[in-house]
Amino acid sequence: MGQHKQQLETEVLVIGGGVTGTGIMRDLALRGINSVLIDVKDLNAGASGGNHGLLHSGGRYVASDAETAAECRIEGDILKIIASKAIDPCGGIFAAVEGDDPDFASQFPEYCKRAGISCKELTVKQARELEPCLSEKTIAAFQVPDASVDPFHLTLSNVQQAQEVSDSDYLPHTQITGFDIIDGEVKAAICHDSRANAEVRISAKQFINASGAWSKHVAELAGCADISLLYSKGTLIISNSRVNRGVINRLRLPGDGDILVPGGTVSLLGTTSDNVTSLENIKPTVSEVDRILAEGAAMIPSLQSTRFIRAFAGVRPLLMASDAVADGRNASRGFTIYDHEEQGLSNFATVAGGKLTTFRLMAEKTGDLIAKRLGNTNPSHSATTELPSHEGVRWTEPGYSASYWFKRKDPTDLILCECEMVPQSAVHEIIEQAPGAEEEMTLKAIGMRSRIGKGTCQGAFCSMRVTSELYDKNIYNNTDGLQHMRSFIEERYKGIRPILWGEQMPQMELAETMHCGLMGLDLFDDDKAVEVVEKS
Amino acid sequence: MIKQTRYHQSELAVIGAGIAGCAATIFAQARGIKTTQIGNTGALAYTSGVFDLLGVADGKHLKDPWQGLTKLRELEPNHPYAKLSNKEIRSAFDEFTSTVADMGLNYTAPGDENHLALLPAGATKPTYSMPLTMRKITQAIAEKARVLIVDFAGLQGFSANEIVANLSEQWPELRSTRIEFPEMDSNAQLFPEVMARALEVEATREQFSKLIKDVAGDAQYIAIPAILGIHRPDRIHKHIEKLVRLPIFEIPTIPPAVAGIRLRELFEQQLSERGATVIAQQTVREVSFSEEGIKLHLKDSYGPVEVNSDKLLLASGRFLSRGLLADQQQVREALLGLPLQQPEGREAWFSDDYFDPKGHAVNRAGVLVNESFQPIDENNQVVDDRLYAAGIILANQDWIRQRCGAGLAIATAYRAINAIVASR
Repeated sequence: MGQHKQQLETEVLVIGGGVTGTGIMRDLALRGINSVLIDVKDLNAGASGGNHGLLHSGGRYVASDAETAAECRIEGDILKIIASKAIDPCGGIFAAVEGDDPDFASQFPEYCKRAGISCKELTVKQARELEPCLSEKTIAAFQVPDASVDPFHLTLSNVQQAQEVSDSDYLPHTQITGFDIIDGEVKAAICHDSRANAEVRISAKQFINASGAWSKHVAELAGCADISLLYSKGTLIISNSRVNRGVINRLRLPGDGDILVPGGTVSLLGTTSDNVTSLENIKPTVSEVDRILAEGAAMIPSLQSTRFIRAFAGVRPLLMASDAVADGRNASRGFTIYDHEEQGLSNFATVAGGKLTTFRLMAEKTGDLIAKRLGNTNPSHSATTELPSHEGVRWTEPGYSASYWFKRKDPTDLILCECEMVPQSAVHEIIEQAPGAEEEMTLKAIGMRSRIGKGTCQGAFCSMRVTSELYDKNIYNNTDGLQHMRSFIEERYKGIRPILWGEQMPQMELAETMHCGLMGLDLFDDDKAVEVVEKS
Repeated sequence: MIKQTRYHQSELAVIGAGIAGCAATIFAQARGIKTTQIGNTGALAYTSGVFDLLGVADGKHLKDPWQGLTKLRELEPNHPYAKLSNKEIRSAFDEFTSTVADMGLNYTAPGDENHLALLPAGATKPTYSMPLTMRKITQAIAEKARVLIVDFAGLQGFSANEIVANLSEQWPELRSTRIEFPEMDSNAQLFPEVMARALEVEATREQFSKLIKDVAGDAQYIAIPAILGIHRPDRIHKHIEKLVRLPIFEIPTIPPAVAGIRLRELFEQQLSERGATVIAQQTVREVSFSEEGIKLHLKDSYGPVEVNSDKLLLASGRFLSRGLLADQQQVREALLGLPLQQPEGREAWFSDDYFDPKGHAVNRAGVLVNESFQPIDENNQVVDDRLYAAGIILANQDWIRQRCGAGLAIATAYRAINAIVASR
């Protein structure tokens, strides 16, 4: 297979398919600026796909980072209006338990007031009525306007809106390998399309690096050495069913296992903050999970007997000032836009740091810089324009599949994922409508766009059924299907290993029986998947 | 109404209704030991229905399990199989399969080698004994025959396309086709168990056979998912072959699988007909050992039950069947709290790699036993000389990865029962 060179041309190249990159794509589109968005893998492959799903009221930062706290408040209010379908405005509580610093608790309302965050004191009785899972040893509680948000919903909807209102495009599986720079101007990005195994050259007038934890690496490819990031790993665990009504935060200086966020039909407990130097091989560990659980249980005792079905880890790319001490908990949660002019470039910029909650603001400020450089005088419309939900996004909403299937009353629509009630028709729709036009629809891609693999069995059963379905539809016609099933399961396992105890043990035994005993996947190798010729 | 406690007295109580528990009951009955068997057969319904002796060594398929066993004893001297000779294992297997045949379910006669069984997605595994309804795969493979795999609209998880796609490179004569199952709403979801019971009706078999004949073309063999009845599959198989006029073999399906259900129903019905007291689908809540004997406490839908027995055989399986339980720190044996061999700490339980060729350390955790298969503690002391253990609850084996579940269950039950006989 020869290497073809594909050439593309656009106004702006946006690098990084997380909430920030897609937010920029959207912001630019709303100003009439066309862009191409690329990602090494697929949407939300970095921090945007591995976070708590918390739309911060800002309460968490009032004591340590008032600026970020205020930003969270403002942005949270905006998003609740423009992206209401992606958000559950469940509210939140900050609660301290016996042993926590009572001074911190008493100062909390004042800090909130300074940041403009609404904070209502509750009696312990009121707090426990609102959230019965709160410990009897709660000593103080305050109500704040926290909410939970679905980051995939946001990302997918950003891309869709950008594509609808402009001539913008999204290309997954496209990695930057270098830049073509002449006289301080970036002419093009040289990329590698890992699916087509081909080189792609993308020319543009402006280049924006929003690649999160990889932004230092990408900037270096353009010859810029001015970015300093701290990589802070955070692990979270997901419960089988929803434990809390709204968000519950520990009322103390940020520490491990501080926050329980409801996410549809589950709850997410986290998190940790451990510095890492490499972005490779990031996965949750047994000791991190045990740490999170011990801390969380101090505030919510029932967590000790809650069934957890998955753990995951993500890396926060935090800004580090060059003279700062590397401390993930105390690093700024603010963001910075690097214009790289001092590095000798006139049309390259990086946006780094920040939070999920403030992505729109990050995109607006970045859009301002790019528009200015393009001589485009349109202001940002991102705060006042509604962000409609992507059609296909409904499949990622917990519970949606079940009610959709039930209402349809179509017995021909077989259920492929029984944990989350995802029918065949949903899988067909996803295959047809995948953004970025996947040539080969893998289980992983389907899993990302639906609830498949996210329920109690974590893909053990449905991976077999969906794979059969894909063979039936001739999307697979050789051993690749089994190969992909194996990769899907190996990937899911990273999040399952650290929570394997109690009720998850029978689940794991059944899964291993099926994957090895019935599917033969443990003996599957790349060269020769299946032995038929009998060896003596 | 006051629920009266019912009492059973027996010489042996067997806890577990999987292959080990049922094998133990079969062997006990044959040796005149009055037996009460208690258990829930969850896991049996998940199996593919074939009996493995030893299928894999060193990450590769094993053709000769006997040679494999000899090597295993050297490499893994603590493996339960290491306590048994090939001769003994062979006798155990022979006695088990011939009794099962007597009961009405025929399996291929155990021999010198493994044969490849076909699996639901098109993978294969070497197995020791297959139901006769599946066995013609062996001949078909040897001939690289023209096989038509037939699947059914609405039967999820079984795709003839999938099997052909995964095997066609090495077996180009495989073909696939889809038909509708007679008298069922072809648009609704079908289940193998329902189809199997439907084929117990002669008229349905006739319609079914006609549909197959219509699509057979130049096929030399027909392969179908395992749906040839629950109770008398061999009779149903013969009848349909006669009508279709072609050899037919079944391919195992994903759970809930008919081949496993056949075994479960066979044991539930036949063991009690042959004189054992079978308390089906119940869990023992408490066991007490005293000088007078062993007492097991449980309940069924009529009320409390107490079983008094001289000897107890624990064949309660692992986590899936709740023979073993795990909290955040350690694994426990659920019923008697027996001392277990296990890795130190949860971090050591599971490998980083799901498909690690060495398997997961926690899968080798379990009950340690002496040569008579009596559980022992860390000082090698017998916990109670009336107590025995068999099956996959035992330590130092990995039945899933080694493909040795049935053989382990049958052979360890055999030795345990013979030890009980010797102790009388």
